[in-house]
Amino acid sequence: MVDKVGAVLVVGGGIAGIQAALDLADSGFRVYVVEDTPSIGGTMTQLDKTFPTNDCAMCILAPKLVRAGRHANVHLITNAEIKKVKGEPGNFKVTITRRARYVDEEKCTGCGVCAQECPVEAIDEYEQGLSRRSAVFVKYLQAVPSTFAIDREKCIGCGTCQEVCRADAIIYEEKDEDVELSVGAIILALGFEEFDPSLKSEYGYSRYSNVVSSIEFERILSATGPYGGTVLRPSDGDLPRKIAFIQCVGSRDAKLGNNYCSSACCMYAIKEAVIAREHNPNLQCTIFFMDIRAYGKEFDAYYSRAEEEYGVRFVRSRISDVKKVLGSQNLIVRYVEDGEPKEEEFNLVVLSVGMKPPKHVEELAKTIGIKLNKYNFCSTETFSPLATSRLGVFVCGAFSSPKDIPESVAQASGAAARAGSLIATGRGKLTVAKKLPPEIEVSDKEPRVGVFVCHCGTNIGGIVNVPEVVEYAKTLPSVVYAEHNLYTCSQDTQRTIREKIKEHNLNRVVVASCTPRTHEPLFRETIREAGLNIYLFEMANIRDQCSWVHMHEPEKATEKAKDLVRSIVAKARLLKPLKKPMIDVTPVGLVIGGGLSGMTASLELAKQGFEVHLVEKEKELGGNLRHIHYMLGSEDPQERLRSIIKEVTENEKIHVHLDAEVADIEGYVGNFETTLTRGSDKKGINHGIVIVATGAVEYKPTEYLYGIDSRVLTQRELEEKIGEGEFKARTVVMIQCVGSRNDERPNCSRICCVQAVKNALKIKELSPETDVYILYKDIRTYGFNEDYYRKAADEGVLFIRYDDDHKPKVTQENGTLKILAMAPVLKTWFPIEPDLLVLSAATIPNPDNERIAQMLKVPLTKDRFFLEAHMKLRPVDFATDGVFLCGLAHSPKLIEESISQACGAAARAATILSKKRLEVEGAIANVNEDLCSGCRICEAVCEYSAIEMKEKDGKLVSSVLEALCKGCGVCGSTCPTGAISMLHFTDEEILAQVRAALKEEKKYD
Amino acid sequence: MTEFDPKIVGFLCNWCSYAGADLAGVSRIQYPPNIRIVRVMCSGRVDPAFILEAFKSGADGVLVAGCHLPADCHYISGNFKAYRRVTLLKKLLQQFGIEPERLRLEWVSASEGDRFATIIKDMVKEIKKLGPNPLRAGGKTSG
Ligand code: FES
Repeated sequence: MVDKVGAVLVVGGGIAGIQAALDLADSGFRVYVVEDTPSIGGTMTQLDKTFPTNDCAMCILAPKLVRAGRHANVHLITNAEIKKVKGEPGNFKVTITRRARYVDEEKCTGCGVCAQECPVEAIDEYEQGLSRRSAVFVKYLQAVPSTFAIDREKCIGCGTCQEVCRADAIIYEEKDEDVELSVGAIILALGFEEFDPSLKSEYGYSRYSNVVSSIEFERILSATGPYGGTVLRPSDGDLPRKIAFIQCVGSRDAKLGNNYCSSACCMYAIKEAVIAREHNPNLQCTIFFMDIRAYGKEFDAYYSRAEEEYGVRFVRSRISDVKKVLGSQNLIVRYVEDGEPKEEEFNLVVLSVGMKPPKHVEELAKTIGIKLNKYNFCSTETFSPLATSRLGVFVCGAFSSPKDIPESVAQASGAAARAGSLIATGRGKLTVAKKLPPEIEVSDKEPRVGVFVCHCGTNIGGIVNVPEVVEYAKTLPSVVYAEHNLYTCSQDTQRTIREKIKEHNLNRVVVASCTPRTHEPLFRETIREAGLNIYLFEMANIRDQCSWVHMHEPEKATEKAKDLVRSIVAKARLLKPLKKPMIDVTPVGLVIGGGLSGMTASLELAKQGFEVHLVEKEKELGGNLRHIHYMLGSEDPQERLRSIIKEVTENEKIHVHLDAEVADIEGYVGNFETTLTRGSDKKGINHGIVIVATGAVEYKPTEYLYGIDSRVLTQRELEEKIGEGEFKARTVVMIQCVGSRNDERPNCSRICCVQAVKNALKIKELSPETDVYILYKDIRTYGFNEDYYRKAADEGVLFIRYDDDHKPKVTQENGTLKILAMAPVLKTWFPIEPDLLVLSAATIPNPDNERIAQMLKVPLTKDRFFLEAHMKLRPVDFATDGVFLCGLAHSPKLIEESISQACGAAARAATILSKKRLEVEGAIANVNEDLCSGCRICEAVCEYSAIEMKEKDGKLVSSVLEALCKGCGVCGSTCPTGAISMLHFTDEEILAQVRAALKEEKKYD
Repeated sequence: MTEFDPKIVGFLCNWCSYAGADLAGVSRIQYPPNIRIVRVMCSGRVDPAFILEAFKSGADGVLVAGCHLPADCHYISGNFKAYRRVTLLKKLLQQFGIEPERLRLEWVSASEGDRFATIIKDMVKEIKKLGPNPLRAGGKTSG
């Protein structure tokens, strides 16, 4: 067999492309990222905050961009496009055209002097035309790469930039050039384009300056945006008091030919309303909508909070038009609510624009040789959501269907897995190791601390007086340098930090910004590149634990920030460089759960060349998929299930353990030891990673006579009945949200609307004369499933809305099943007497989750699904290294989403399994043998058997087994003689931190 | 005289409680700015000496927070060790003239941002009632 080329081309440098690139580069492949614009980052860089966590988008994105920018095996080719694709899976030749940027990427330092001096004022696309930029520009402040580019259409060729550039980086005569790349696989992460709202002329977008698109509004909200984060309206810079959001602009619109739902707009509109309110508490936000589609993990809880805590008003309506008020810049929104025409005046109108396929997609599809669907998004199938129609070319992110960030990220990892499987034989052939400077010896030197305080846009700087904190930091002992940054995590600040380390001989670095849980790795890498050991770094959390929780007390927040900086500097002064021990990795995976997700993850790992143990507690594989008998499309789920099971059982690398349970898991990333039980049999296996794919179960309703009247079924039971050919009924009623979106389970189960539409269509297919009623709260057929909703309505399925105060009433009288539903508009109860009542029962967590979570030491959400490391950007990782999750164990989801996530988990796992040896934590216990009395208390308290007693000079002393120690520090706090110290959290360090936190107290008399 | 504004030192374990405190921030749940957080990997790392040092340095209250009992601790049983130590230390505190209520041990998970905020609000209220740390006020409670 010929080796496959161990390199991958990723087209598109948005969040999906970057995630795919990093996963591949971290598992032994070389990656080229081709990006159309001059910088990577995509749409996410323009967003202010992200739902449902309200994380600042740039803050969570920047570390990934910076990593991609500095990764030895990721090559960014920006301002470039695909010209030709030749070859076959495993061995493609791709021609790329690099358009001239007229600025030398090697030489440009991103200082920005050229842009300051440039006499041309051009429209700034990044700011959505809300402000101006020069002809020589960088897309956004923290751009990666931070190289400028010249917009030759705007440039007048005056030569000013060339004169002022000290780096000699301007090359006017640069020409476009073609490069040819050899790659084994291609991933398309082309993203999307926003719908152009001027096409909906009734909303007045191009006529009235106070009608803005949602993405323009993101810029208005952003601290780095045109108004510095103050919510102003464009016409006159006034503070708006009333803002209207209009949903589904360019989505769910058959007239425009865009019948699909753009999936993310409901949530981003709610988020924008919430954030706008946070900026200005007197603001009144109204969202005009058809259905609120808050279908994702924890989304409904966010929706409720918006309504209850932020006073966001939701109006279910159809919009007629938007008109300007005569003699004012205000706008009148005319709409129909409950059949009644109404109108209301607003100061600003935000149009929630949908997602369209990327620009020039048809041409590109032709060049690459892939099929598009009827909406010009990439054509994919339910059971192969990551494959395009051309072998070896994969897809992820919004280009395959409109979707939000976490879905895009999971899919991106999934596409990375599929690409990695294809070219597994090329692993490690084209990668290079990163060169780092030798570490500077610091132990003999006085501490010299540098402090970098972050504004985090307005997240910190809007509340805490950052310059004051910097001035204060300068007065602290050992601090020789302090400065503030708009975003300390941006690529240009990383360069500044390295420069300042050199310039001021810094040997300890403190960053006061957000939380070390997400950002410590980034800064550690930065100081390492400047020759400092990574443990000479500390963080003060002045955002998550200060500015964000004391928003109304700016002065006290500033005082607290100073205290936090003072106390962490006191610790930083004492920091010592540490070595990271290396451990061997067992290149074997353990997958818990043999449903669709577990099987998919196992197959992906096996195809990448790793052995897998797949554990299923039932006697057969298949999980929930066993109960699915037909799909909305033409695929046959049972046939697919059989072929997947066959593939799994026939794969030599996969060991299937049926009827088996995980009884115990010991160990740590790279080296887990697990005991499986099967009846009374026990079996031990060694593995390097764990993937949790334990699935979920259908809720057994206690409402609506379920279990009392045999005509009351769940959707799944109905499907079984239809599947077995036993369906017969003249009237069917379906009730949605049974067991979901209530007090006990506030969140949406996501799949039930699609399932109900699917079953309704099936009924109509089998028996067109049967009447089907669907009683619902919101129809949430997001994405392309909206087509089926429309089809169902066209075929006569009746959709009747109910709300929590008017739930359907179900009774049984003399053998007749009777349902009372509230008629909309008329507002009267009307009776239906169906032959079948079908309940769309919630998808609830697997009861085993509790036990497995405890065994693995990973958290659950309030609803008892597994809680990932980060809801937005780490959707399939746990915070614990080496443990991953996918499928329904994460939250309810559709088949294609489970498959994407499962592949994603496999890709993340491969970043570990592909390494022979792994560096582990250096912050572990350490014994001072002179002080050790050999009392063995530490040995007794250590849960990991990481302490060994040994003889030294005739006395018994304890010693630490480095690879086993996890650094909890329990031994250190138990040791009676103070012989054990917990490195990086030593007694001296913590005591200094405590004292400094409290110093400078005001006295009371 | 300035109104008494207690200073609290919080030792939070990295995996649950520190993450819970971050979540309070991400969810913008507001609480009084009286706590100074010290991150430790596990509540089992908290040596009684740290707590005593905090009181000696003038803390009006000390919070130790870790993963829920019995089984959430990332390191298996560090939370139990914290539980035993803090319980014992509360008894000793009395002998130093420090009200044991000033020391609190709480379990806060990574998904309990609201719970973290509630604990801080409650602690601040309770300690305001107790007045300043008697060690700091020269043995007398005032304020
Ligand atoms: S890790 Fe949280 S208490 Fe041990």
